[in-house]
Amino acid sequence: MKDYDIVLGARGEDRLTAVDYINGTIKEFTEFHGDRYFGDDGAVIAGIGMLKDMPVTVIGIEKGKNTEDRIAHNFGSAHPEGYRKALRLMKQAEKFHRPVICFVDTAGAFCGVDAEERGQGRAIAENLYEMSDLKTPILSVVIGEGGSGGALALSHSDRIWMLEDAYFSVVSPESCANILWKSTEKADVVADALFLTSEKLYKLGLIDKICKKDDVAGLAEDIYSELKRLCEEDEDTLIDERYQKFRNIGY
Amino acid sequence: MELRSLFLKANNELEYSGNRIRSRKVTCKKCQKDVSVAKIRKNNFVCPNCGHYFTVRARRRILMLTDKRSFVELNREYESKNILGFPEYDSKLQAAKEKSREFEGVICGEATIGGHRSCIFAMDGNFMMGSMGAVVGEKITSLFEYATEKSLPVVGITVSGGARMQEGMISLMQMSKVSAAVKRHSNKGNLYIALLTNPTTGGVDASFAMLGDITLAEPDARIGFAGPRVIEKTLNRALPKGFQKAESVLECGFLDAIVPRDQQKSYLEKLLRMHNC
Ligand SMILES: [Zn+2]
Repeated sequence: MKDYDIVLGARGEDRLTAVDYINGTIKEFTEFHGDRYFGDDGAVIAGIGMLKDMPVTVIGIEKGKNTEDRIAHNFGSAHPEGYRKALRLMKQAEKFHRPVICFVDTAGAFCGVDAEERGQGRAIAENLYEMSDLKTPILSVVIGEGGSGGALALSHSDRIWMLEDAYFSVVSPESCANILWKSTEKADVVADALFLTSEKLYKLGLIDKICKKDDVAGLAEDIYSELKRLCEEDEDTLIDERYQKFRNIGY
Repeated sequence: MELRSLFLKANNELEYSGNRIRSRKVTCKKCQKDVSVAKIRKNNFVCPNCGHYFTVRARRRILMLTDKRSFVELNREYESKNILGFPEYDSKLQAAKEKSREFEGVICGEATIGGHRSCIFAMDGNFMMGSMGAVVGEKITSLFEYATEKSLPVVGITVSGGARMQEGMISLMQMSKVSAAVKRHSNKGNLYIALLTNPTTGGVDASFAMLGDITLAEPDARIGFAGPRVIEKTLNRALPKGFQKAESVLECGFLDAIVPRDQQKSYLEKLLRMHNC
């Protein structure tokens, strides 16, 4: 399978979406709404629930199941209030010492006039900033599309996992090809060069685990044992390790 | 790159000295008048005729904002590599080095500003549009760590098209890396002033440009996350007037103030003084 096919597959409409992973891993999921500043963003689903015996905060970017549903979830492209809702619930998780799970699946943060006017850049920045020393474990799983800054805003985590058939990229291969060669035809060449598959990102050390697709129960087990491990670390160690994890990326 | 070339002036229409352009004129993009380079330079790189802001490269920025001969550069020698073997990246890096006469798209160091000791970084739009790759992220992160260790404020001048695509996820994750370093700096009670210049967009807008204790911008600078053409495409009509311009970003509540170029140094001095830096 070529890397570009993985990108196309990750966008497929018959894939499991965030709600499937939430319902498949979390018991008694209780959804909470709103960012307390502007509104409630349907692209981000967030709340609390039980992962086995462990209370957790769960956040997912949801694309929706059918046309109507997809419109309600804005096709999984969040506005600033979506990221602010996520951050609000992460801060709540910190207060009540609950670990945070993020299911990431977005083509990118929404590009629009109102999103800009309400501070899309600031919203993403604030998530990175606050998550960097949130005093509770955070685990993110890219379950489909990891579209640039919009996906990164929920991935400043102690563990970044990816489904084997997901992708995570700085830019969509199409727009990258368009910027570089004024044509989207080379998107498949670009997809190779961007190192966006789980396998390549794992080799680069940018993600921590590749998860089997279509195995929600197994994923729940793995998340549970990893969070158990992370919850045993003392706060300072956890935050220091998270800092070093990102500190070591690059040069 | 040869060391000698670093001491040459940048390959920028306003930065040549030497015989070639001693009495050269350039056409101002805004008013279309021919203005002498000497006059523009004397006027803080602002068109004396219409007030248009010409691009200022990073090293000049630092000269304009810091006390004479006070700047000491840190990590100047860091150079980008084509880590992913991305097509045409090597030649683009080479061209950017020649065009900007710098090793990379940000200059970091320590200086005094009105006598106040401060760290400062300035991005360079001449280096691959100020895009952030691993080296830019590393240099800014190191500067914040240095400032945290020495309890110094940081003044950051941004200009960027966003993350550098040619470094893939490594460049995207620089956003996380720098943001974490800004947080540590802040947790120790240190001051960070961001000065956003034209354009500050994409991954830089969505990370350290928007994380200042005080966020300033130059007049008319374009500031935003998404590119205007992308938005226009999803919107299917023309963008509102002044969209993503500093003046409207201020109205939206994301800037503390817009500071004209000739007042920036004294403005920074005042802020540093009021924070006992
Ligand atoms: Zn003019």
